[in-house]
Amino acid sequence: MGLTRRIIPCLDLKAGRVVKGVNFEGLRDAGDPVELASRYNEQGADEVVFLDIAASKDNRDTMIDVIGRAADQLFLPLTVGGGIRTVKDIQEILRAGADKVSLNTSAVKTPDVINEVSRLFGNQCIVLAEDVRRNYEMRDGVTPIHLADGRVCWYEVVIYGGSQRTGIDAVSWAQNGVERGAGEILLTSMETDGVKTGFDLEITAAISENVDVPVIASGGVGTLEHFYDGFVKGKADACLAASVFHYGEMTIRSVKEYLASRGVLVRL
Amino acid sequence: MGTSEVAVLDYGLGNLRSVVRGLEAAGARPKITNDPEIIQSADGLLLPGVGAFAEGMNKLAPLIDLVKKEAAKKPLLGICLGMQMLLEESEEHGLHKGLGFVPGTVRLFPKKPGMKIPQMGWNTISPSAHPLFEGIPDGTYVYFVHSYYADTTPEFTIAKTDYIVPYASAVGVGNVMGVQFHPEKSGDAGILILKNFVQMIE
Repeated sequence: MGLTRRIIPCLDLKAGRVVKGVNFEGLRDAGDPVELASRYNEQGADEVVFLDIAASKDNRDTMIDVIGRAADQLFLPLTVGGGIRTVKDIQEILRAGADKVSLNTSAVKTPDVINEVSRLFGNQCIVLAEDVRRNYEMRDGVTPIHLADGRVCWYEVVIYGGSQRTGIDAVSWAQNGVERGAGEILLTSMETDGVKTGFDLEITAAISENVDVPVIASGGVGTLEHFYDGFVKGKADACLAASVFHYGEMTIRSVKEYLASRGVLVRL
Repeated sequence: MGTSEVAVLDYGLGNLRSVVRGLEAAGARPKITNDPEIIQSADGLLLPGVGAFAEGMNKLAPLIDLVKKEAAKKPLLGICLGMQMLLEESEEHGLHKGLGFVPGTVRLFPKKPGMKIPQMGWNTISPSAHPLFEGIPDGTYVYFVHSYYADTTPEFTIAKTDYIVPYASAVGVGNVMGVQFHPEKSGDAGILILKNFVQMIE
């Protein structure tokens, strides 16, 4: 009994179809998003995330249609991210049937959007998505993170799919976002994303310990044990994964059964 | 679709589509409205809600007297913020008056190391013998998103949940009921709870 840890499949979308990149490149097509989401629902997914990776104006209507169809068929929480900039974008997505929106680059560019949206729609619907990368050049004002190999670094927020550094400290940015009204943090480490070596545990734990809101670990899961480590060592409240589920390497149910057998509270 | 019309009170900006689809799946005819005539003619009322308490009460203000009058005649279900608004008052961003159907105060979860606020995700409910929870066993998982909880007496508590503190995850008094969780986001169990609500209308 109690609040369970969540397993969240992420569906990367392009023009209304599911794709998944390795390090955000080399995309492959893996089917209809609503059908896939429905399969995840049957497997026991706790939520579903739709990420529009090629967000553009033309894509927006397609995305709204996908959200609507998913909301009509699935009675579980739905988060939508990718290219969302304005309060109007967010309102459209929520009205189409999404419960939360995740903001990434636009939150860095115009952080006041977080304040405005949380005031209008509530903190619970704003997920601050942070993509981060290690920086070994230590300086004042950054949060030192001690890695397992003994080295010390800080984590820098990166934007535009990881292509641009910002100079912003990841831990401070998470705290800033929560103060502004973000209800959850979705943390993706570019160090581990797509390479299946496990979540980036040190930064996940550091952020989880420094904010009151739930933290979703993302990027790098390849084995059952990686999920366990994400929750126990990374102190994540939820773990997000894409390709291991899309290509049938494991089912959500098998992950949850494994976690339950190791004493992690999950909804089965 | 069934014959019972449920007026889904439209006073906010959030996701109402899911609650409408949930009610349809439960066999009702939902209608998103703030039209007093439709509220009067409806067989049941649903008070949805996400967002902040004071903002919600402000937006509902023009309908408050009507909602109070109609709730005496037909079932009303509040969801999430809609449930919190059934209480006398809330401590969210200062003290604000609620609808006052249920005695008690809406309070912020106390801080506890390792426990996140908001509570976000799936937790269990322990329902009491109430028609809203017909067929819902103790320990059923439902989806919650909230930072504030209803502090009321056992007499008005129709389901309990434990998160940081034990609290009322559902309240009820006569025709008026409220659930802190989102039945429209809680899979089959949530739809069954909505069906039970629709049954009470028919």
